[in-house]
Amino acid sequence: MDLTALSRLQFTITAIFHFFYVPLTLGLAVLIAYMEYKFWRTNDKAWDKMARFWTKLFAVNFAVGVASGITMEFQFGTNWADYSRFVGDIFGAPLAAEGVFAFFLESTFIGLLLFGRDKISRGMRFLSAVLVAFGTNLSAFWIIAANSWQQTPAGYKLEGGRAILTSFKEAVFSPSTLPRFLHTLDGAYVTAAFFVMGVSAYYLLRKKNVEIARPSLRVGIIFGLIFALLQIYFGDIHAKQVAVTQPAKLAAFEGIWETKEKAPLLILGWPDTKNEKNAFEIGVPGLLSYLAHGDVNQPVKGIKEFPQEERPPILPTFLSFHLMVGLGILMAIALLWAVVELIRGKIYNNQLLLKLLLYFIPLPYIANELGWITAEVGRQPWIVYGLLKTSDAVSKLDAAQLVLTNLLFIAVYLFLGGLMIYLMVRTVKAHNENAVGVADKEVA
Amino acid sequence: MDLNTVWFLLVGVLIIGYALLDGFDLGVGSLFYVLGKTDKERKILINAIGPVWDGNEVWLLTGGGALFAAFPLVYASVFSGFYLAMMLVLFALIFRAVAVEYYFKVDTPGLQKLMGGLFFLGSFLPALLFGVAVGNVVYGIPLDAEQNYAGTFFGLLKPFALCFGIVGLFAFLLQGAAYAALKTEGDQQKRAQEFSKNFALILLVLWLIGGIYSKMAAPHLWENYQKLPLLYVLPLLTLVSLILIPGWVRKNAYQKVFTATSIAFATMILTVAAGLYPNWVIATEPAKNLTIYNASSSPLTLKVMLIIALIGVPIVLLYTIYAYRVFRGKATPEQKGY
Repeated sequence: MDLTALSRLQFTITAIFHFFYVPLTLGLAVLIAYMEYKFWRTNDKAWDKMARFWTKLFAVNFAVGVASGITMEFQFGTNWADYSRFVGDIFGAPLAAEGVFAFFLESTFIGLLLFGRDKISRGMRFLSAVLVAFGTNLSAFWIIAANSWQQTPAGYKLEGGRAILTSFKEAVFSPSTLPRFLHTLDGAYVTAAFFVMGVSAYYLLRKKNVEIARPSLRVGIIFGLIFALLQIYFGDIHAKQVAVTQPAKLAAFEGIWETKEKAPLLILGWPDTKNEKNAFEIGVPGLLSYLAHGDVNQPVKGIKEFPQEERPPILPTFLSFHLMVGLGILMAIALLWAVVELIRGKIYNNQLLLKLLLYFIPLPYIANELGWITAEVGRQPWIVYGLLKTSDAVSKLDAAQLVLTNLLFIAVYLFLGGLMIYLMVRTVKAHNENAVGVADKEVA
Repeated sequence: MDLNTVWFLLVGVLIIGYALLDGFDLGVGSLFYVLGKTDKERKILINAIGPVWDGNEVWLLTGGGALFAAFPLVYASVFSGFYLAMMLVLFALIFRAVAVEYYFKVDTPGLQKLMGGLFFLGSFLPALLFGVAVGNVVYGIPLDAEQNYAGTFFGLLKPFALCFGIVGLFAFLLQGAAYAALKTEGDQQKRAQEFSKNFALILLVLWLIGGIYSKMAAPHLWENYQKLPLLYVLPLLTLVSLILIPGWVRKNAYQKVFTATSIAFATMILTVAAGLYPNWVIATEPAKNLTIYNASSSPLTLKVMLIIALIGVPIVLLYTIYAYRVFRGKATPEQKGY
């Protein structure tokens, strides 16, 4: 492997590891804030127990998210020095803004929520939960704004081989910022919904902690349904934007080799890069043209329009995109079923559905990672789309050092990921509502 | 004062904020086994930093982000140049974060022992390596035509840099001991006080030796002092603060001791920064020095960032003070949080 491949591997494993924690944090923080709100307004102990329980799981997840986030930031400097030199004028500001506006907020108030809970009032607890949720979501905004600039650069001029800021607003709200933010955040909310539903389903199957499992399941289903359906809309907006701003990426998403009108939307397919065609494909004619441009007769640009050296890796982009969409549809169907059962009042005894919800916990996680792969692999070979190639951005490091650190990262991440899952599972299994009740009295 | 100088100062403020706040976390961690002799004492130490370490570490993240934004060429050269050392710090910080958060959550004694070990190592390594990094940057490192570090990993371990590393380590240890004295009671507190006193004296001696050593080995660091002798106030403040500490330790004035260690640490950093200005990184060939002018972002970025800082930092300070007020008082050994 060459230097670029090694540095890319390092960034990939770090980003995938980091993004294993972040989405749950984003969505669960919102749900916890809602539970704290209900407790603040109603003073109903059940909401208090729910908020405490989910905050416990939030905390296990949050720690590793923070730690791996630091690694992400440092890697721009350590592994991508020429990238940092090229984009520093633009890219650093959102990172710093994230720190100042968002990260201090979430870190400080999660400390208050976790350790200060019994030292502050119910109203202050609610406020802390809101600030944690606001901070994590704002954090996501700044990071996605920075990433989006790499995808669709705006508000800059080139000067002395560097991108120089001309408009902060344009750079932050580059053409892909909002579509990508909505899509990513929505995915995170769905992740939290499935997590809450799955854990609640586990308790209902075991007939344990029913007092928190039932209302949690309800909250999870409603929250999940809203965002799973919204995601169809947000995903569509995002894809339309990609069609306009990153046509090579869209062609790779969809396995479109030739530019053509009435371009089909592939349901299944297998791109064959060597022969520049699909080995097989099943699609709906015209639908892609319609989805991308709102007109079946509008042509969609094919991969062959782009020179070989400017094409993203087709197969991984195609597969990750299609798998992500497929998982999204599967999750939406599961949620629709759950809502029907909820309305019929039969969900708490529907063993099959409860089991399904439990086993579906990993699906949104996989979909999130696939989304990341789609976005980032689809951008290659550019690190800054159309401006800077990934291979020109890498730090001139000693490859042997990179091999060593890659191995260390893999070992450390496996250990931490395993430890975190172990602690999550143990926390869920060991949780006993009645025991929590006793502890509460002792505190009071 | 131009924008570049303002940002030199602001990044400095973030570094000092990090050194003082996460500094006591790193110090407590480095002293984990000497201040935490029993299981109960160790739990008290974890609880002493548990609610606040996370917010403290954000100072590093924000400092890194601000350096990236305001002086991207410094960020690129230093972070890639010190690659292995940076990775070591990163792994250490990851392990420390996990150790603090999971210390009470793991259920077997073996895992808890491991978490304790990771907490110690994850604190000790950064406490030592930050100083080594600063030592290199101010002494001078070989840079090639593209501003990339042209030396080796072992080239970073020169005596001058190691000397900085040791001075830095004792500053962190002192900060940690003074904080532990605030948060503990009884025998544990006595030990923390004893450490505060001893570390203050050791640091005093090291500071003087370091000053003389740098006069001989890196005279460029003293040029600003010759131009503006008023700057000598900074290292003098360090000395005065350190001298006052043993007396306050005897009077059990913990709050004053902690204030003094904080002033000493802050003025140590300012002393170095005043010698460095307007450079960020000294190169072996002076023509290649990375300065606040040739390594900075555009005036527009600096201006936008200044607005962000002027809005954000006061708010951050307000709620940080609020959080510390909620958590004032002694730490206990019970499992707090979740």
